[in-house]
Amino acid sequence: MSETLDWLRTSPLLGIFLTLLGYRLGLEVRRLSRDHALAQPVLIAIVFIGVALELLDVDYSDYSEGAGIIGFFLGPATVALAVPLHRQAHHLGRMFVPMLIALPVGAVVSIVTGVLAVRVLGGDRVLELTMAPKAATTPVSLAVSDTIGGLSSLTAVLAIVVGIIGAVAAPAVLTAARVRDRRARGLAIGAVSHGIGTSRALREDATEGAFSGLSMGITALLISALVPVVLHFL
Amino acid sequence: MINGLLWLLLCQLVGEVVVRTTGLPLPGPVLGMVILFALLQLRRPPREANVFRTSDALLKHLQLLFIPAGVGVITLLGVIGDHPLPLVGALLISWVAGLVTVGWLVTLLLGKAATR
Repeated sequence: MSETLDWLRTSPLLGIFLTLLGYRLGLEVRRLSRDHALAQPVLIAIVFIGVALELLDVDYSDYSEGAGIIGFFLGPATVALAVPLHRQAHHLGRMFVPMLIALPVGAVVSIVTGVLAVRVLGGDRVLELTMAPKAATTPVSLAVSDTIGGLSSLTAVLAIVVGIIGAVAAPAVLTAARVRDRRARGLAIGAVSHGIGTSRALREDATEGAFSGLSMGITALLISALVPVVLHFL
Repeated sequence: MINGLLWLLLCQLVGEVVVRTTGLPLPGPVLGMVILFALLQLRRPPREANVFRTSDALLKHLQLLFIPAGVGVITLLGVIGDHPLPLVGALLISWVAGLVTVGWLVTLLLGKAATR
């Protein structure tokens, strides 16, 4: 029996199964809660899988053996964001100037407020550097953090958390701020909450999702170019 | 399905290779997205094309793909616990500031066109 358990712990089967089960559970909770903002499948799945790994005494590295196979598809899915964008391409001409101004300003605001807020709230320079690139999508923020001397694994955590915050709260905050245009809402979500925020935006509305995906891509580029420049002045 | 997946993987592959050889500060899949977008605009495939069906299926479950990395967050929560105020506080402040800045700026720049 224990031999079987040992095999199961290290087999990719368990990681894939637990990930899908957690996600399925998350979808179910979302449906039962009638789309409550807090019922984000990714959040529910993380909690469920965390508890399951603890109970089954499985290490994260063993879990990621199988789960990594699912995570791999994040790459092709990012490429697939071209499809909603292609369907919205007729909006792009009108959006060119607004994007050209709003996204760089948004990236600078994200970096500056992140660094200054850490400073005011009592963090040290390393934490400032760790916070600076968090608005970019996870792999980019991690790489930038590494280059400038932040704690890159912590930056990756911040990027994931800021994505989940976006999925949970971005639509409500934008509505409270009276941002109603679907294109503006999408650009705002993608600029601060990358792919996880985009998955919520896609669910809200096709146009919103398309612009969120576009914004996430451009912001990744802007953050990696602007972080070293902005830090020079802070 | 297979053809659709092949298109997505091909675009990602080209994106990754270009990023790695040129040192562009961009993730390969994001460049792949730009490449696929350009291809779709040029070739205008029919609505029922494989690449659309595969992409729609993948994007329908985009959240699922973040779960493995998200579970990894649990192993690092302790680090956040060491500096809760500067990390959590700054994260929230900076997130709201960026979100509202972009939302308002785009609305302002779109002027009367921003209605829906």
